[in-house]
Amino acid sequence: MNEPLPCVPALDIRGLHAWYGESNALHGIDLQVGRGEIATLIGRNGAGKTTTLRSIMGLVGRREGSIRYMGKELIGNSPDEVARQGIGYCPEERGIFSSLSVDENLLLPPIIKPGGMSIEEIHKLFPNLLERRYSQGTRLSGGEQQMLAIGRILRTGADLLLLDEPTEGLAPVIVQQIGAAINVLKARGFTILLVEQNFRFAAKVSDRLFVVEQGAVVDSFNRDEISDAKTVGQIHDYLSV
Amino acid sequence: MSEVFGIPTQALFGQLAIGVINGSFYALMSLGLAVIFGLLNVINFAHGAQYMMGAFCAWIALTYLGLNYWFALVLVPLTVGITGMLVERFLLRRIKKLDPVYGLLLTFGIALLIEGAFRQGFGASGLPYAIPELLQGRQNLGFMFLPNYRAWVIVMSLSVCITTWFAIEKTKLGSYLRAATENAPLVQSFGVRVPRMMTITYGFGVALAAFAGVMAAPIYQVSSSMGTSTIIVVFAVVVIGGMGSIAGAILSGFALGLAEGLTKVIYPEASSTVIFLIMALVLLVKPAGLFGRGA
Repeated sequence: MNEPLPCVPALDIRGLHAWYGESNALHGIDLQVGRGEIATLIGRNGAGKTTTLRSIMGLVGRREGSIRYMGKELIGNSPDEVARQGIGYCPEERGIFSSLSVDENLLLPPIIKPGGMSIEEIHKLFPNLLERRYSQGTRLSGGEQQMLAIGRILRTGADLLLLDEPTEGLAPVIVQQIGAAINVLKARGFTILLVEQNFRFAAKVSDRLFVVEQGAVVDSFNRDEISDAKTVGQIHDYLSV
Repeated sequence: MSEVFGIPTQALFGQLAIGVINGSFYALMSLGLAVIFGLLNVINFAHGAQYMMGAFCAWIALTYLGLNYWFALVLVPLTVGITGMLVERFLLRRIKKLDPVYGLLLTFGIALLIEGAFRQGFGASGLPYAIPELLQGRQNLGFMFLPNYRAWVIVMSLSVCITTWFAIEKTKLGSYLRAATENAPLVQSFGVRVPRMMTITYGFGVALAAFAGVMAAPIYQVSSSMGTSTIIVVFAVVVIGGMGSIAGAILSGFALGLAEGLTKVIYPEASSTVIFLIMALVLLVKPAGLFGRGA
């Protein structure tokens, strides 16, 4: 079921446990993402998808196990050190700063290494951000805020993007726009780890799906399998309550 | 025209001037408190003691090291600011994850230690600090006499406040501070060294208090208890302005200084309570303060 990856994985997570205070939220996450791939974590609410992303960034109380990015162990690193390895994080709540304008939000994350997208490229990808550049960040619509949250981690030079539910609560036409943007990013060589509840969206953009249940990866599917009717049924079983 | 609303103009303008001077100190100090509270979520109870340290260090520099006011104005905020950074790095950082009330208790303890040490070393009575030669004398404004030094205090406080406001609200560096004030973990996950930012911010807030202390030395007497009386009023000012609001802290600092001065002419008995009365009223109507952001 799980084909060997074409090369050494860019992101290699093994036996990841995480705690919020005393409560154990992850019970041994194992997943690998190849360079330039789009991998998606799917699963029900509270399964541990968001916590997995937060654990990679070091934003949980405590974590154990191994998170290697480009061969470098991140488990003991603080969030700023993780970011400086080339990882960009777009949180579920989007985290647009209300005291900053759209431009200030976009320019906030510091450049961590060369090779990021230019402002012009980001504006081309999300033209709304150019039109509304002087607005207060939180005055944007939900879709525009999502574009801003993704856009601002593209210019830093990060090559692994962690996107937490980028389509949540957005109108279908905006979801399409986000999907198109993700395909552009893939073509540009970004590695992306996505969290999605929207299976149809995930199936369209992902090279690999990981099913998360009760803090562990219980199954995974690669691109060819996702289109197979039998697997689709299987995945729907995983997602149904 | 020697009376306005039945109050002699000389007295009115005199008290208003004193009000603006007091307001200058309130503004500088509440600005520091607001910056610290915004980013670190710490109610810095040591702020009064750090202000007193500023005044004392200026006095020590002059008396023992022969360094005059102008050197003190630069060196003292720097030195006291560095002690603040050490406090943040080695004490406040350890309790960052606990309830904010621990920060209040810790800084309260630090305030008692600092004040105790200075009382032990220099006694409880006030020490005089001469106005620098360049700023002696006074100006006749027609309606009143304004001592040069007091004019200097107003101008300096205004420029420092406006510069700080500009740096926070209008620059790239300030955008980090504003963003981290809203959501520090997220800013850190963008690769910004937020813990280091917290150390520097605390040091900066403390340096502002020390700067106010140096400027206060020639006006008020230098004594170990000078911070205690000021800090209570300054906390009221911050509560009125709204915790964490930069412009709010500055504006309410000056406004409340004026309100205090005005009360001194109209109804002197209430002059020491008027700020607290305003605080109670503001809290009833706008619990987050006049410039506070929501809940």
